[in-house]
Amino acid sequence: MFAFLGPNGAGKTTTIKMLCTLLRPDRGTAQVNGFDVAAQPAEVRASIGIVFQEYTLDDYLTAERNLAYHCMIYHVPRRERRGRVQEALELVGLADRRNDVVRSFSGGMKRRLEVARALLHRPRVLFLDEPTVGLDPQTRRYLWEHLHGLRQHTGVTLFLTTHYIAEAEGADRVAVIDHGRIVAEDTPAGLIGRTGAESLEDAFVELTGGELRPEEASSRERLAGARRGRSRL
Amino acid sequence: MTIAGARIETGLRLGGRHVDLDGISMAWQRDVFRFVSQRTRIVSGAVRSIVWLVVLGLGLRRSFVPIHGLSYEQFLFPGIIAMAVIFSAIQSAISIIWDREFGFLREVLVAPVPRSSIVIGKALGGATTTSSQALIVLCLAPIAGVSLGFVQIVEVVPLIFLTSLAFVSLGIVIAARMHDFEGFGSIQNFVIMPLYLLSGAMFPLARTSSQLRGVVDTDPLSYGVDAIRQTLTGYRVHALWADLLVLLGVTVILMTVAVSLFNREG
Repeated sequence: MFAFLGPNGAGKTTTIKMLCTLLRPDRGTAQVNGFDVAAQPAEVRASIGIVFQEYTLDDYLTAERNLAYHCMIYHVPRRERRGRVQEALELVGLADRRNDVVRSFSGGMKRRLEVARALLHRPRVLFLDEPTVGLDPQTRRYLWEHLHGLRQHTGVTLFLTTHYIAEAEGADRVAVIDHGRIVAEDTPAGLIGRTGAESLEDAFVELTGGELRPEEASSRERLAGARRGRSRL
Repeated sequence: MTIAGARIETGLRLGGRHVDLDGISMAWQRDVFRFVSQRTRIVSGAVRSIVWLVVLGLGLRRSFVPIHGLSYEQFLFPGIIAMAVIFSAIQSAISIIWDREFGFLREVLVAPVPRSSIVIGKALGGATTTSSQALIVLCLAPIAGVSLGFVQIVEVVPLIFLTSLAFVSLGIVIAARMHDFEGFGSIQNFVIMPLYLLSGAMFPLARTSSQLRGVVDTDPLSYGVDAIRQTLTGYRVHALWADLLVLLGVTVILMTVAVSLFNREG
């Protein structure tokens, strides 16, 4: 598990978009699972799963149908589709809600369904862009239990961005990004030790400074910023 | 565990290009499934057609000088089918804006399917649902006094489908350029209504000025109207092959534009 921390507007989402081939880097290269994001976007896409900050389910379809459509556009072999959908629904505890339309789901259930969906094509890396924003502490804890279980179960690598520093404490490595640059990368303990702080949160504030950041820009503004080349990696 | 990324090529090759059937099929299925579950949309479309047919028919039948032996209702009927086509086609394509707003589009855009397959599937799905709407209107033929033979029905279905495809493609191009709902209402005023009014659906072109006819000739819907009308009533402005050629050309051009616009979308 790899956690990506940074204040608002630091470039976390932009970086994820580039790694997921949704945004072309202005310069530099990046590889995901050994594939180049600019030269082999289809290979990169097939080998990763993504849970975006915003919900990306079709509200008017049932849970099962949302997953079935994902299998199609990720080319899951036809014969395996039914089994994988079943397995994925069970994995996140939604098997009994399979025939309900997503509209009737709570925020936490939608998130779990998105995690299940993102794993259907057995990606090697699962990107989670602030997956717990807007969820209450109970749901957050529940989702994390699921995610840690998944990690042990499937061996998938989690690539996480978050504002909740506590969520990053379980990570193997943490990178701190600010103003589009990675300012530190280490194990959580290493970061704490390096900054002489008492907790990961203190270390984070130490590394990125104490001043307040502007509120999160809309995704379009962030995109425009990336086009202007403001955020680089 | 299958190695991710190893199985990308599915589908078939067409003219050296990879056509992804899974992507097409997913977009088509989703459109058709949602259509079937939206009963209000189906009913409101049918009601709109009946209202227009009955009100315009009653209002104008006595002032209308029969043309080619056709009463106004008989003349108007193919135009009402064309109306169902353009409203439903644009409406179905515009749902892409909702998909963008509610996030689902992103799930599709980040998937390892060529975006062309999604656009083609969406267009075929929209054309399928639009044709179904239009076929419901076709059942109103007796009200308009149009008698239909089996052969005519078989002939008109592909014409309706092609016209639908052309205007779903137009709708997809519009949806690709529209990133919020601000311009949503203006589509009705600045796209659907002008295209419909200028299609010759409601009045015979033979009795209008040559300037107006020139404008009508630039409206792709007029070729759809003409194709459907000559199949159902025998009255025509262009040869059928000319109508088909224009509709096909418009579809191909708009689809190409739509694919390239979505290829650029991040």
